[in-house]
Amino acid sequence: MSNDSTVIFKRPESLSENITHYCPGCTHGVIHRIVAESLDELGLRGRAVGVAPVGCAVLIYNYFNTDFMEAPHGRAPALATGFKRCRPDMIVFTYQGDGDLASIGMGEIVHAANRGEKITVIFVNNAIYGMTGGQMAPTTMPNQKTTTTPAGRDVSLVGYPIRVAELLSTLRTPSFVARVAVHTPMHIVNAKKIIRKAFRLQKEGTCFTLVEVLSSCPTNWGMDPSAATKWVGDVMKPYYPLGIFKDPEREEA
Amino acid sequence: MAGKKLMKGNEAIGEAAICAGVRHYFAYPITPQSEVAEYLCWRLPEVGGAFVQAESEVAVGNMLFGAASTGLRTFTSSSSPGISLMQEAISYMAGAHLPVVLVNIIRGGPGLGGILPAQGDYFQAVKGGGHGDYRVGVLAPSSVQEAVDLMILAFDLADKYRNPMMLIGDGMVGQIMESVEFPETNREDNDPIKSDWALTGALNRKPRVVKSLFLNPDLLEENCLLLEEKYKRMKENEIRYELYKVSDKNRLLIAAFGTMARICQTAIDELEREGVSVGLFRPISLFPFPEKEIYAEAGKKNIEKILTIEMSVGQMVEDIERCVKGRKPVEFFGHTGGIVPTPNEVKDKVRESLGLKK
Amino acid sequence: MAAQKEVVFAGFGGQGVMTAGQLLAYTAMEEGKQVIWIPSYGPEMRGGTANCTVIVSDSRIGSPIINNPMSACVFNRPSLDRFGPMIRKGGLLFINSSLIDVTSERDDITELLVPANDLAIKVGNPKVANMVMLAAYVEVTGLVLFETLDRMLTEKLGGKKKEMLELNRKAFEEGRKAGQELGEKHAGELR
Repeated sequence: MSNDSTVIFKRPESLSENITHYCPGCTHGVIHRIVAESLDELGLRGRAVGVAPVGCAVLIYNYFNTDFMEAPHGRAPALATGFKRCRPDMIVFTYQGDGDLASIGMGEIVHAANRGEKITVIFVNNAIYGMTGGQMAPTTMPNQKTTTTPAGRDVSLVGYPIRVAELLSTLRTPSFVARVAVHTPMHIVNAKKIIRKAFRLQKEGTCFTLVEVLSSCPTNWGMDPSAATKWVGDVMKPYYPLGIFKDPEREEA
Repeated sequence: MAGKKLMKGNEAIGEAAICAGVRHYFAYPITPQSEVAEYLCWRLPEVGGAFVQAESEVAVGNMLFGAASTGLRTFTSSSSPGISLMQEAISYMAGAHLPVVLVNIIRGGPGLGGILPAQGDYFQAVKGGGHGDYRVGVLAPSSVQEAVDLMILAFDLADKYRNPMMLIGDGMVGQIMESVEFPETNREDNDPIKSDWALTGALNRKPRVVKSLFLNPDLLEENCLLLEEKYKRMKENEIRYELYKVSDKNRLLIAAFGTMARICQTAIDELEREGVSVGLFRPISLFPFPEKEIYAEAGKKNIEKILTIEMSVGQMVEDIERCVKGRKPVEFFGHTGGIVPTPNEVKDKVRESLGLKK
Repeated sequence: MAAQKEVVFAGFGGQGVMTAGQLLAYTAMEEGKQVIWIPSYGPEMRGGTANCTVIVSDSRIGSPIINNPMSACVFNRPSLDRFGPMIRKGGLLFINSSLIDVTSERDDITELLVPANDLAIKVGNPKVANMVMLAAYVEVTGLVLFETLDRMLTEKLGGKKKEMLELNRKAFEEGRKAGQELGEKHAGELR
């Protein structure tokens, strides 16, 4: 390396050097990175504790250079509550998938949000159960084929996909709730901005913060990575609109 | 809290936790133990702590997981159906070597059952409850003062073994008022910063992970053997029991725990006045169980039978049989569903067992 | 052994039977005795019948379940029907004669009629019928000293309700007088 070279891109300090196990085209890696960058930039790494979900990101603690707890399926917000109430000086974040948060953990997330726990929830919505092999999730799109809906999700039998960001933003308790996507570079840049803001609000002790991230699952969707990325924009985004649904720094109507 | 106080068992349990250094308590209301939360909701803020009323006992168990991961002392209390809902988290906390204390003020079951005192959760507490190769240390008080003393001990043992501990009392222990004294010292000695496992932020050290997940079977077996080694040490060091009026004149030995043991004491006193000599073996630690001790007592020449009496259809009696190893006949008497055997019933059963006329 | 005394307080929810039992337990503890207060609990507490048992002893108390208590103070008819037959032979049954117009018809116990509600109304509030009864019980049995009872009452009510304290004290006085009269009337039975 010559002396005049400048580092313009490097691994965030909050990420470890372990190689992730995620499938080709999966966006967990991208989301990990922007979470890590946010922690780095806000100077939070040394007092951050993550809560790992049950799902594809179950081994997330191998990829982060922060302390971690591994939660039972869906219970990450309860673990985060217990931790944060004991150590309000620390930064606590959960990283949860759609089966984890919107199905088995629906009770925990609603009440953590409603109590206004000062935590940050990164909610990865890829419209399917990834780790268990492509079963229907509460967020699976209408008519989407999964291993438990081989003929496509029949909304007359199982209802419509749950819009978590909208649902949580109906709560009266002040919070920061947003939905972002990471299927294009432009969306990634915006997602980073929003996630960083969520951590900043936690750092300032403002409110409960949740960022829903639309993500792709080429493996279980049966698509190649580029088709999966396109599907996020064409099919998911119209049903799951992006934006900030609740923001303590914006005048509430 | 110096000096003698007349307190309800449930409130005394809450105060004992404060004595043990607890500042964070998580719970969900359920009869007959809601007074613990009703007490701590105002008492904890007085000492700079906090109470969180959770949305369910499932959440309570998992809040404990998070709280215990800080290295600070924490606990919950509930009653039977609530403890069933916590089994998920108990299994995870055992697997993750987390020190917590859970209090079960047992009511009649199964299902929604009733709200009156029972001991039908013995199996759940002592034999597992949740999934996997783990144990929970179990202590059973028979009075309000003992509930206080055992609560404080439970926190010490939870820390010593980094394992969940459970205090089981029946509804009676929770609801009665007795005079109690609390130790003077407030324990400030569990500084999480000094801990070598608690999550305090990976600022100047390698990241730590608190988890029960081991996808590699070699590592999972290793973790289970590590747990097993702790349980072995508990068996060697933490056996607790009480003998009442045990002598070489006893014809019969009663085995009973908790409130049931107190009732048997009264029956034993009254039988003594009638010239019938009976002793009481009261396990205080239900896990580890006083296995060798009951075996030794059962072996004494004068003992004709062991009579196990419980507020259930017979649960501890299986451990008594296991430990007595056929040395003497083991009989059982009990009531369940909230019906508490009376001293008279105990006396009748003893006379029947010994072939004496009523 | 004979140093153990048990008393049941039973009545409708709201008649203050739990409070009367607790005050007795506090007082006995203050005097250095072993005590235990055992409530009925559950839906019973929400306006139905309520009862508590107080056990006072010089030594360690065993069973909180009492087959046959030494005495009972019954505030309403259902409580008389339930606890009357349970009293130990030679025991005492205090009956709130303001609300109960029958007796247990037992001849192996001593029945003491205390018009608790009437006396409470006389001092200004039927709510203190429990304190009238407690005072009558203490006067007849001598289980604790009035001096201690009064001190514990003051401690419990604290400085917050001066008029309540005065009312309760008046109730004590009425109960004591009733107890004295009953003591004289039943002097033979009570030894």
